[in-house]
Amino acid sequence: MTPIPGAGEILARYPSKRSALMPLLHAVQERDGYVTEAGMEEVADHIGLTAAEVLGVCSFYSMFKRSPQGKLLVSVCTSVSCMVNGGEELLAALRTRYADDPDVTVEEVECLAADDGAPVMQVNYEFHERMTPAEAERIVEDYKAGRITARGPSGVSR
Amino acid sequence: MTASETRIVTKRLRERPDDSWTLAAVKQTGGYDSLRKALAMDPPAIAEEVKASGLRGRGGAGFPTATKWSFLPAGVEPRYLVVNSDEAEPSTFKDRMLVERDPHQLVEGIAIASYTLKVHHAFVYVRGEFALGAERLSKAVAEARAEGLIGPNMCGSGFDLEITVHRGAGAYICGEETALLNSLEGDRGFPRIRPPFPAIAGLYAKPTVVNNVETISTLPGIIEMGGEAYGALGVERSRGTRIFSLSGNVNRPGNYELELGLTFRQLIDDFGGGLAGPGPVKFFIPGGASSQWLTAEHLDVPLDMDLVTQQYGVMLGSGAVMVYNQDVCPVRVALRLAKFFAHESCGKCTPCREGTGWIQKVLYRIEHREGRPTDLDLLLDVGDNISPGLNAPFSQTTICPLGPSAVSAIVSLNKFFRDEVMAHVKEGKCRAA
Repeated sequence: MTPIPGAGEILARYPSKRSALMPLLHAVQERDGYVTEAGMEEVADHIGLTAAEVLGVCSFYSMFKRSPQGKLLVSVCTSVSCMVNGGEELLAALRTRYADDPDVTVEEVECLAADDGAPVMQVNYEFHERMTPAEAERIVEDYKAGRITARGPSGVSR
Repeated sequence: MTASETRIVTKRLRERPDDSWTLAAVKQTGGYDSLRKALAMDPPAIAEEVKASGLRGRGGAGFPTATKWSFLPAGVEPRYLVVNSDEAEPSTFKDRMLVERDPHQLVEGIAIASYTLKVHHAFVYVRGEFALGAERLSKAVAEARAEGLIGPNMCGSGFDLEITVHRGAGAYICGEETALLNSLEGDRGFPRIRPPFPAIAGLYAKPTVVNNVETISTLPGIIEMGGEAYGALGVERSRGTRIFSLSGNVNRPGNYELELGLTFRQLIDDFGGGLAGPGPVKFFIPGGASSQWLTAEHLDVPLDMDLVTQQYGVMLGSGAVMVYNQDVCPVRVALRLAKFFAHESCGKCTPCREGTGWIQKVLYRIEHREGRPTDLDLLLDVGDNISPGLNAPFSQTTICPLGPSAVSAIVSLNKFFRDEVMAHVKEGKCRAA
């Protein structure tokens, strides 16, 4: 297995090793597509924790996925400003459209801080605003076809 | 007369919409001049300017910034500055704009604050979902370091400053400052019991100031214009400008930087282009999801942090204003907010962990025509276990304000929409479209 990319630089940023825990989990997720058990053990080794302690932190945060995901993570906001502008309908349409597509994972998320562009979705943490179901599907298809370059699974630029 | 924006924090990003985040644009628009001006002053003199400006925290609590700074014990080092960019209060979207579109202004503000507070290592906790924001801020930090504007001997001042950009990973609770510190230390985002306050024992148990992005981004403007000139803007104890995030049923949702003291009506009509959909305004949430609600009769209330709390029991909070038209069902909005708070409760305090779940479930059955006549009172009883008395400003049985925040919507339902809630229960119908 390749070492965690940038681990040395990440550890050097902090006065305390333990502060590198979340950045290392992001790095593992970038490398492996999600946070695997082996990845958590690696992070634990870097910091001097047990894998269980790392899991205890990892599982607290919704961006750390502990099961395989589609290459594209489509996050649809249904919070109050998106709700009154079609967010729930957008989510339902995308869930139906990509129900059987292993490359696309659709999730419902809380407010993404883009309410002036409601309804909003992110694709691998890239914002897309004022969505209609048709426009959102067109954008996801553009990602699938490589016409838009997707960020990595933790939102890092490729 | 139509009111206009007063652009201090948003000046560069409005004037240079295509490149405001780049070093080239920053250099052409006086970037880091305020830092150089500050470095020629004594740190206590800078703190005096901030005090004279009347600047109060822009994250939600509105605590006077200079006072917060003054709590750092003298002579104890190391000490830290932590900038809270974990913006996740529903319908608040100003900090994301500032981080994405003027990251150098934030870096400059951090440098000014750090020099003032004798901080040599500052952290910015950026919400995990803000991928572009974290990227641009990291680039701005690297550029500033390469230019000698921060880093060792910043601007030739002999002062050293490191800035570390830290990405969160999806947890609203980390916007609460002590939960943020735990998260930054590599732990679950559980709030800490105070005292000790972060000023005494914060990050790594060292003296720490936690300030919001907008608060810190305002510092270059205050140093440029002088604290007194900034403090001449505003009303009563709400000095200067604030960015209001306007959303919901309005024609032109967006961030508007306004002198404090204008009214909600001016914000909605003059800037937001008025209500979208059937009027009049049915209700609005004036300060983020945590605030209690107001209705059309309150539109002429001024944007004054203290007055709205003392006279109307609401808060300006994070500056988010959500507006709803006659088609919107208040039960549906309350249910969606309840779902949010139940999801985001960290689980540390029993009244919040259990109570937010109860509130969501009871609202769910009301919304789905399975409510009972006693349900509204049941909700208030659950709320009273979290925030005894159901007053504003609130009391709390929890460590942090998340639990009491979840109670605001049901108190508002009871205050303004009891009839509509009971119509759901008794007639099995929703009066909204």
